[in-house]
Amino acid sequence: MNSREICLSGTGVTKVFGFGNNKTVAVNNVDFNFYSGELVSIVGESGSGKTTLIKMLLGLTNMTEGEIQFLGKPRDIHNRSKKKEYWKNIQAIFQDPFSSYNIFSKIDTVLLDCIHMRGGRGLPKQKKIEMMEEACRFVNLKFAEMTNKYPFELSGGQMQRLMIARIFLLKPKILLADEPTSMIDACSRATILDMLLNLRNEIGMTIIFITHDMGLAYYISDTVYIMERGKIVEFGSANDVILNPQADYTKRLLHDVPKIHEPWEFSKRRAVVASESSV
Amino acid sequence: MGKIMLEVNGLTTKYITRYNEDVYAVNNVSFKVEEGRSVGIAGESGCGKSTLALSLMGYYFAPLHYMKGDIIIDGRNISGMKPDDVRKNILGSEIAYIPQAALNALNPTRKVIKFIEDVVRVHNPKMHKKEIYDLARERFETLNLPAETLNKYPVELSGGMKQRTVIAISTILSPKVLIADEPSSALDVTSQKMVIKMIHDLMELGYIKSMIFITHELPLLYNVTDDIMVMYAGQVVEYGSAEQMVFDPLNPYSKGLMGSILVPEDGTRDEKIVAIPGTPPNLKNPPDGCRFAERCKYAKPHCRVYHVELTELSNGRASRCITSEQELREAYKNE
Repeated sequence: MNSREICLSGTGVTKVFGFGNNKTVAVNNVDFNFYSGELVSIVGESGSGKTTLIKMLLGLTNMTEGEIQFLGKPRDIHNRSKKKEYWKNIQAIFQDPFSSYNIFSKIDTVLLDCIHMRGGRGLPKQKKIEMMEEACRFVNLKFAEMTNKYPFELSGGQMQRLMIARIFLLKPKILLADEPTSMIDACSRATILDMLLNLRNEIGMTIIFITHDMGLAYYISDTVYIMERGKIVEFGSANDVILNPQADYTKRLLHDVPKIHEPWEFSKRRAVVASESSV
Repeated sequence: MGKIMLEVNGLTTKYITRYNEDVYAVNNVSFKVEEGRSVGIAGESGCGKSTLALSLMGYYFAPLHYMKGDIIIDGRNISGMKPDDVRKNILGSEIAYIPQAALNALNPTRKVIKFIEDVVRVHNPKMHKKEIYDLARERFETLNLPAETLNKYPVELSGGMKQRTVIAISTILSPKVLIADEPSSALDVTSQKMVIKMIHDLMELGYIKSMIFITHELPLLYNVTDDIMVMYAGQVVEYGSAEQMVFDPLNPYSKGLMGSILVPEDGTRDEKIVAIPGTPPNLKNPPDGCRFAERCKYAKPHCRVYHVELTELSNGRASRCITSEQELREAYKNE
């Protein structure tokens, strides 16, 4: 992280679904500043508006009110070509790897498309293959095994890694990761997290990580935003927010998460911990 | 030592795929659960946790087949019984099961009390509607669930509420063993805690005598159960008390698994979590020798040759590794 340059910021971002009596305010007047090279986590329970916020950042859903600024300028995505230009800088990994791919295109095509999107259409074929090999090496996949296969022939963890290989080729400025580890095993989770950290450290990407897992957010992120019912109730550095929460909601969440050193009050483990500390 | 509620001896069950291949998803599993104790089962996806749960409650419908072994519930051997007999005589009164997809388990067109009537009538067809209602109301009130829930349709309940209702329905006959298969994986942390609190109350009040809790979330398991059993590729690789397993795992696989724990507590950021490399073996033709040898950091050439049994160690724990306890501890210390 060199300077504290603001990469993406929003003021008064609001999204309202429905109208009249059926109004649901999914995201309610949210302000945020994401700095470049930062790993930000947005933590909240289901229904807190995390995914709606991400969709608005991506430009998949229109905002009801508010403004999003990208690299200091108001974001302009009013037509298709402007949107395409914007998506060169902002990319996403979604929760469900099984539904993230076009089932008709092979893995080579998936990766080749990324190279073309970065303006590599005119490169010699050998160079393209080298780039694809490099991307696969980055995520510990063997390119030789991947060619001539379809994404659905891979396992969930491999698919998610292929998704990161795509991001590696595209090199966007911002990566939005919407619970990328919630559908895969705790063991392969570590690999995915490592790769995301590598992306941040090697390329200097800004990563916005959405999760409901407080432990995960604490482990991976620099800054944590806590969302409750469409509002950001607390934000700050991970150490401040998780170890010394101020908002009642954050305190309650942290209290309810199963922990190792401080078990739940009704758990039998608590007695064991108490007897150990008295000795 | 308490009375043994559930005893499993050498249970082996297999799936037969459509190409007629045998997949031994549960392979020679043995363990005991005493009265008032709970056992947690941990492991990666595909290691046979859920299959073990289905096998224990006698749910043998194709492609799952019973091979050998005994399941003894409170002195009564239920292995090899027909699924229909199990449903009529065992399920609900002796053993109860909370499925993974409990949120979709209730028929949306029927009221909650109807499900309870169904459960009770299978075991006691003569029981009057009024009696069942009273029984259900009393149970719901002791568990801090509002009694109005009984006259509601499942769609009127929230996720956490639905899950607690499902648990209350499946334990209405006070079973001896409760098998909970990831009961809280689809819930928020707050509702998760309420569900776990309720299961805890059920144990405390004696409505259930013992419990098997399946999840891949280790911090949760540590909070809920007395003992933890780690499974890998259909076999039990380590068994011990929750403290031993979380703070002092012995088997290299359990050690790898415990290394992936992430909790929002001081110190989580300082230690880097390490993934276990590779993928679990294909159970169609499992490797000779130790099944974890391919991915094990401490593997030696003879690991791949000799088959290892689960060996009893001191303090009631057991581990499946050819390397001795001392050697493993030395290896861990040198890291």
